[in-house]
Amino acid sequence: MNLLTLSWKYLSFRPLATGLNVILLAFGLAIITVLLLVQYQFEEKMTRDAAGIDLVVGAKGSPLQLILSSVYHIDFPTGNIKMEEAQRISRSRLVKQVIPLAMGDNVQGLRILGTNHDYLDLYSVKFAAGKPWEQPFEVTLGAESAQILGLKLGDTFSGSHGISVGSHDHDQHAFKVTGILAPSGKVVDRLVLTSIESVWYTHDEESGAEPDTTTQVEEERIAVEEDAPEEGIDPQLLPVSARGFPVTDQDREVTTLLIRYRNPMAAIQLPRMINSGTSMQAASPAFEMSRLFELLGVGISLLQGLAIALVVIAGLSIFIALYNSLKERKYDLAILRTLGASRGQLVGLVFLEGISLTILGAIFGIAFGHGFLALIVELTSQELVSLVDPWVFLTEEGLIFGYALTVGIVASLIPAWSAYQTSIAKQLTKT
Amino acid sequence: MLLKTTSLSFAYPGQPSLSFPDFSLSGGEAVLLLGKSGSGKTTFLNLLAGLLSPNHGEVILDGTVLSSLQGHRLDLFRGQHIGIIFQKAHLIAALTVKQNLELAQFLSKKNGSSPLALLQDLGIADKASAAVGTLSEGEAQRVSIARALINTPKLILADEPTSSLDDEHAQRVITLLKSEAAKIGAALVIVTHDQRVKSEVSQVLELKSE
Repeated sequence: MNLLTLSWKYLSFRPLATGLNVILLAFGLAIITVLLLVQYQFEEKMTRDAAGIDLVVGAKGSPLQLILSSVYHIDFPTGNIKMEEAQRISRSRLVKQVIPLAMGDNVQGLRILGTNHDYLDLYSVKFAAGKPWEQPFEVTLGAESAQILGLKLGDTFSGSHGISVGSHDHDQHAFKVTGILAPSGKVVDRLVLTSIESVWYTHDEESGAEPDTTTQVEEERIAVEEDAPEEGIDPQLLPVSARGFPVTDQDREVTTLLIRYRNPMAAIQLPRMINSGTSMQAASPAFEMSRLFELLGVGISLLQGLAIALVVIAGLSIFIALYNSLKERKYDLAILRTLGASRGQLVGLVFLEGISLTILGAIFGIAFGHGFLALIVELTSQELVSLVDPWVFLTEEGLIFGYALTVGIVASLIPAWSAYQTSIAKQLTKT
Repeated sequence: MLLKTTSLSFAYPGQPSLSFPDFSLSGGEAVLLLGKSGSGKTTFLNLLAGLLSPNHGEVILDGTVLSSLQGHRLDLFRGQHIGIIFQKAHLIAALTVKQNLELAQFLSKKNGSSPLALLQDLGIADKASAAVGTLSEGEAQRVSIARALINTPKLILADEPTSSLDDEHAQRVITLLKSEAAKIGAALVIVTHDQRVKSEVSQVLELKSE
């Protein structure tokens, strides 16, 4: 028997009041946990995935959409740009590095991204098996992609058109897995990486095989192909380019460019130059993401307000419960004193009760928070949400214990003082 | 002499001072404290227990002057050397019978006797893990006696211990109190106006109200 056991016995003697207080506090803290996790993980993922990318250049449209589609691979691309124009930008002295991206296909909802080996370096990936693509139609799978598709080195698969599931398949030429990445926690985990040439060739074949359904753009492309010189070897048998733009004498397109500035001056000049001087648009990930967070900010503050209100109500409720139970227990307190308890021990008992309640609330709150987030992630198909890992534990969650402790201490102050003041003789002679 | 009082007096704020006769008691002896309502029986008991501090005079228990102890030392001294039994049992309802006894041991930092053996002596061993709320009044009073005895005190104070009990239980409680006090060599002071008790204890101290 000690004070902790005694306080616990008192708490469990009133299971309903105790339960209500714990749940009330747990809900408030669960909301704070969810907000903390979501905000932290989004911001961290967003920053990590955008590291090394100063500017994204693509077809005109929504700048936010451009960033979401090219950096985070969650929204649809704004369209394609001419490679010739793209190459012109890359020759600017303001540009240190350009990584071209070609999109348009998926396999089971995972995006097939045509790019070069610079992209692998950008995210400093490590290979779990195999090596980067060298020939057309060779692909490297992100760690999660490999798991979802259940593919290993040497396996083949075919992609389907569009960037979400359900479109028709490109079954002319199968992709071959030659590399699998180690998990990195970055956006590459959920991608299927290949060369830009592979993306081009898949679409070439499609337009060649199904001439009846070709669109005007594709017809143009066929025309280009027909104009192409017949001499030499089939380009599909040549190795793809590992750095820079693919080498081709045809009129080709890419989807977007990821640009790194050479100097700070570029941040001022380059976006303006692209936005006004070309038919393309430039958007900065940092700027667009902070704009997005600003938009979400209202909702977040609203939820934060609700969470704080819940925690305050829980604090009040714990205070009332302690105060009331103490009034009923004045006699008990006097008895404890006659048995040898000091005033300090009685105060300790009250604080222990308040603090045990709130620590329980904090434990349940954090558990609820993670569970709730896991449920949301499980139930939703929204890719943005699936970026959040509900089972990551942050050191900031220690703050939640801090909040809970503060609530417990504040709620116990007045009851503890009244316990300290209890006069034993007066209490015992009262009938 | 185990217990001794000298020229004790006490006054509640705004009320005339109460004076108490000097008296002393050896270990193993029992005394009945009698007097009309308002004669200060309970006040006297509170002074003996150190729950009230006298305006004049001293209470000396086994060589220790109670009023010389302060704060937690007084609380601890009381817990270790004085067992108090009230008119009603006043057990801690959130605990079981055995836990109530263990609590008394914990608070007085004395782990002498075994709660179960004591409950056995008092004939309520089968109730050891019962919730306090399920006990009858007689059983509860016996548990409170066990609680007062658990730390083998030098002084046992009982304030109307039998007034809410029927004849059979009253008899049993008073016999238990006497025999247990004698067994551990404690001085026993019983405040009562219960006739059933008066016939059991020969030594009497009568308080007169002025």
